[in-house]
Amino acid sequence: MSPTFILTKILRMALTLLAVVTFTFIALRLSYDPAQAMLGPDATQREMEQFRAKWHLDKSLIQQYVIYVRNLATGDFGISFRDGRPALDVIFERVPHTLQLGFVAYVFAILIGVPAGILAALKRGSLFDRLIMVFSVVGFALPNFFFGILMILVFSMMLQWLPSAGSSSWQHFIMPAAALSLTLAGILARFTRSSMLETLSKQYMRTAEAKGVSKMRRTVAHALPNAAIPVVTILGLMLGQLVAGTVVVETVFAWPGVGRLLISSVSGKDLAVVQALVLFIAFAMVLANFIVDMSYRLLDPRSRSKS
Amino acid sequence: MKRFLSNPVLALAGLVLIVIAFMVLFGPLISQDPSKQNLMSRLQGPVWTEGGSWDHWLGTDRLGRDMGARLIVAMRMSIGVALIGTFIGAVAGTIIGFIAGHFEGLVDDVLMSIVDIQLSLPFILIALTLLAFFGNSLTLFIVLMGLYGWETYARLTRGLVMATKRQTYARAIVALGASPARLYLRHVLPNIASALIVQVTLTVPGIILLESSLSFLGMGIQTPLTSLGQILGDGREYLTTAWWISVFPGLIIFLMTLSISLIGDGLRDRLDPTLRARDA
Repeated sequence: MSPTFILTKILRMALTLLAVVTFTFIALRLSYDPAQAMLGPDATQREMEQFRAKWHLDKSLIQQYVIYVRNLATGDFGISFRDGRPALDVIFERVPHTLQLGFVAYVFAILIGVPAGILAALKRGSLFDRLIMVFSVVGFALPNFFFGILMILVFSMMLQWLPSAGSSSWQHFIMPAAALSLTLAGILARFTRSSMLETLSKQYMRTAEAKGVSKMRRTVAHALPNAAIPVVTILGLMLGQLVAGTVVVETVFAWPGVGRLLISSVSGKDLAVVQALVLFIAFAMVLANFIVDMSYRLLDPRSRSKS
Repeated sequence: MKRFLSNPVLALAGLVLIVIAFMVLFGPLISQDPSKQNLMSRLQGPVWTEGGSWDHWLGTDRLGRDMGARLIVAMRMSIGVALIGTFIGAVAGTIIGFIAGHFEGLVDDVLMSIVDIQLSLPFILIALTLLAFFGNSLTLFIVLMGLYGWETYARLTRGLVMATKRQTYARAIVALGASPARLYLRHVLPNIASALIVQVTLTVPGIILLESSLSFLGMGIQTPLTSLGQILGDGREYLTTAWWISVFPGLIIFLMTLSISLIGDGLRDRLDPTLRARDA
């Protein structure tokens, strides 16, 4: 990996973030008049002007934009008007809950999806292979909120085994994590399977067989490392799926995380928090994708020498 | 077609879609009045449960409205929004792809950067932001559904245009004096149509899921209009007493997305010979 390559990647990252910042700025300015919204309909002309002067709303749009970017850079994301605290503080107290749930779901998905995909490829055409493919299609088509509600119906209401809301014990993790990881495990199983099939059909696999290498060793030492490379990129792409799923699943299971905060802020019109959340999630995702991209290149010697 | 029917799974998926299409087109002619309330028969179960009756064989909701009739109205909305959204996204994305592929250079760089930026964020986040800032309206909601997925069409078309226009037959057509528009519409588009159609089978379930997620969360279709996700979300409060309100719309969403995905898979296997050989 040459320094110029890393530099281009970082520049591209910065460009994406700047685009998101510009998007939230334009959306904020187009959508409402902050002076009107904060002071209410009875505000006098004078009060409005004072408010605008205080928050630099009397300046040109370009100047406002510069001030906006400067504030963001210093960590000033505005004040949540619902509880009067800085928006970033409101978000940060929710982050650990979402990270815990996301982590468990991610591990679930990998532990189920990857072995299922490998076995399906090794036993291609068997009943097991077919079942895995069915599971993968169902995982994509079954909406996570409906899966969640079905689980609540069965395990919380009929059997009364698991709690349907909250996050205070390990039992609370089971259903939300299952709802979040179903789609991911399906995608992963399918992708691992086709990556594995492609690797198994390669010439070097036939060479290894002709040399008399055992099937076990061929699979573990030759096929798996090569099949793993594209799977790593999918793991990165899956982060987006995970974030999208979190928004819905946290609401279904009353999980006190970032996703539920986003929904309640959108419906409560707490725009400072919405804007801060979007920027925060965008930043987290861009960073995660960067890390995945780098590790992909470290894993694959071919891409290292090419770039 | 013969091979299509010989696969029982695909035949079943096709049958599900035909039944759904029939219900969407003709359902209102045979169903009851979906907005007629009857507070005497609130939260009445489906016919096979205790207290159910053939008057409302899929049960009633919290206002005593007939679930079957409500589901048909909701399906019309969900499917209508999904089809309009897919159409807008596919047409806009394909045109943008043609533009990027034709001009290349700076135009291409700018357009593909926009694609990258949209891909770097989960779409539901973009949708929720716009809904938060601009308030919910049916127009904005349909525009949002159109914004979903345009970038994949743009990418796909761009790549195919760039590859096709370098081929000898395309160069020959240009040498004979055909305009770029004629080259793309008459010669390139038919060649890439099958790839675009496969993409449609991915976008339609995606939009159905997006619409029902947003409506489920209370951020999508608003009363008095209704969609499958919205009924499902409303039913959450009645899970203990009236499970059918949530379960029926959920099942319909699942069956629709499942059938379209299966048919999409079947089409892709047929249209992509490399896949057929490797992954039969």
